[in-house]
Amino acid sequence: MLELALKGSKRYYGWIAFLLVLIGIGSLAYVNQLMVGLETTGMNRDVSWGFYISQFTYLVGLAASGVMIVLPNYFHSYKTNKHMVIFGEFMAIAACIMCMLFIAVDVGQPTRMLNVMLHPTPNSILFWDMTVLVGYLSLNLLVGWTCLQADRANLPHPKWLKPFIYVSIIWAFSIHTVTAFLYQGLPGRHYWLTAILAARFLASAFCSGPAILLLVMMVTEKFTTFKMAKNALSTLVKIIAYAMCINMFFFALEIFTAFYSNMPGHMHPITFLFAHADPTLVTLMWTFLACAAISIILLVTPKFRNNLKLLPYTLIILVVATWLDKGLGLVIGGFTPNPFHAITPYWPTGKELLVSMMVYAIGALIVTVLFKIATSVKEEMGHSQGLPCGCSTEDTCECAPEEVEEAPAEA
Amino acid sequence: MKNNRRTFIKLAGIAAAGLAVAPKALASSGGHSPVKANPKGLHATQWAMVIDTTKLHTEEEIAKLAEACHAIHNVPKIEGHKEVKWLWSDTYAHTFPEQENPHLAEEVHHRDFPLLCNHCENPPCVRVCPTKATYKRPDGIVAMDYHRCIGCRYCMAGCPYGSRSFNWGEPRKNLDLSKLNPEFPTRMRGVVEKCNFCVERLAVGKMPACVEASEGAMVFGDLNDPDSEVRQVLREKFTIRRKPTAGTEPCVYYVI
Ligand code: SF4
Ligand code: SF4
Ligand code: SF4
Repeated sequence: MLELALKGSKRYYGWIAFLLVLIGIGSLAYVNQLMVGLETTGMNRDVSWGFYISQFTYLVGLAASGVMIVLPNYFHSYKTNKHMVIFGEFMAIAACIMCMLFIAVDVGQPTRMLNVMLHPTPNSILFWDMTVLVGYLSLNLLVGWTCLQADRANLPHPKWLKPFIYVSIIWAFSIHTVTAFLYQGLPGRHYWLTAILAARFLASAFCSGPAILLLVMMVTEKFTTFKMAKNALSTLVKIIAYAMCINMFFFALEIFTAFYSNMPGHMHPITFLFAHADPTLVTLMWTFLACAAISIILLVTPKFRNNLKLLPYTLIILVVATWLDKGLGLVIGGFTPNPFHAITPYWPTGKELLVSMMVYAIGALIVTVLFKIATSVKEEMGHSQGLPCGCSTEDTCECAPEEVEEAPAEA
Repeated sequence: MKNNRRTFIKLAGIAAAGLAVAPKALASSGGHSPVKANPKGLHATQWAMVIDTTKLHTEEEIAKLAEACHAIHNVPKIEGHKEVKWLWSDTYAHTFPEQENPHLAEEVHHRDFPLLCNHCENPPCVRVCPTKATYKRPDGIVAMDYHRCIGCRYCMAGCPYGSRSFNWGEPRKNLDLSKLNPEFPTRMRGVVEKCNFCVERLAVGKMPACVEASEGAMVFGDLNDPDSEVRQVLREKFTIRRKPTAGTEPCVYYVI
């Protein structure tokens, strides 16, 4: 099936070439980091994790979120989602690989990475995180690929696959829970030391992940004949709306706990992020709140939610909000103030950003190739193809009969 | 045919017997491990330190101890937030952030306090390390294997005392190579390091370098031995530890 990735338009090849250039530039920065060490990053003795680990954390959410499409399909037999499932799984594959790459670029001695597997240490959450990520990647590769192959051969999905699918659904929750435990179990880091962190992670994953997936699918629709079914789309948007509301509710719970209890340790990271950090970070954190509020308003109002023209912007605002919260504030807030209640500012360096760009470009490349394969198969099979009226062949299209009616009138 | 089988069974029997006996034979050959413990080495079940801050509290005095420690352990000198340090000094407010009090005796407020790894009895750095590169020895010292460490810095996130340093760059670049202590390894970049309670000195019967240089302001000994000097001081003087709420049971005690 891989051959499907090789046949493409000029535009497709141009895009791939562009990604390869980005990867090339980023890898120069990475080679530099390999040569001189992590001193090329902005991290320091007090903020010992930075942009890499926060991207890792954000992307675990993207990987886990695929389940929001898979779950309704298999647990609730909600078949409208059927033709989207594969994209959720493929997105998860790319996200898992990006996660692993972000860990790989973050460690000081990448050649010894395997020590985590060679000396398994069950008391370390990092060991479990590796394990669940590798497991989730394998499950998605297996399920995604096998299903697509069966589709292409016009065969039903094999029965033996069922247990793997159910396991993968539960596994998806585990990967983000374990990632939260990575932070949650550390004494003296009050911003992370909260029982609700895993729940917050899942809520944020289940809004940001499907939002990113939908945005990518909208782009896919532009360049291929694939068309999302309207029902599937509106279901996903509703899931996003609920998850975002829960996400912000959990955030409010944190604020209440910290400030009503008046515990200095719990208040400090929050006041730091929203008031005392350098002006850029403070602005970004308030931007997070503003974007969160706007996206919630747009998502819960049916008129705005069902407006397909507005939807991409709503989703982008939501992604920005969740990224600022989890992909930036979470790690910085956990390390500042440091154990001495002193403030050491952290900001990623240009090289750090270039290396991150490399990882994201690799992820985009994987998504492009996998989505290309999936859309080609769908096209061959005539699944979820766009109709002239803008509906998908999976919709119960009401536009078509009108056309039929119109036709005799003309004659 | 028959003959063959009989020989095989015989041989197998001998082999099995050999296997059963071999380990015992090896073991009884008398503990000839290639490394012999130094008979003069100091031993304990939980090493601990008491620092008398009434005697030792100026930046200069502490800097001297840090120098002694850093010199024998080849700790690189780096300015700024990417520094590596095993022993350093800070104010009361930073050392005991949870035990601050605005009306503290002026004099205590002006003291500086020596800081180092607490060799916690319940160390989170060991709990989180995914490779066992950070581990707790039977004598309570939280030690590090620099060759095992992958540099994930999880232990730095886990330590609530900021006791660990990471080699962001090549450490030898910031060392005076003519003044290296050849008896202690230098590190490579990309690994974490910290105070090791001078295990290498204890092994040959010496006290930690900072204790030796402190002229009696620091006491070192076995926390589990009621007759040790450490226990004696703990009995007589009021001491506090850093961040007791973290539940790590630090083994460095401060006389205020
Ligand atoms: S002070 Fe920090 S580094 Fe030292 S043992 Fe305790 S937790 Fe580990
Ligand atoms: S940086 Fe090294 S010592 Fe620290 S947790 Fe990672 S592997 Fe263990
Ligand atoms: S005990 Fe040894 S290693 Fe630790 S600070 Fe003192 S001199 Fe340095």
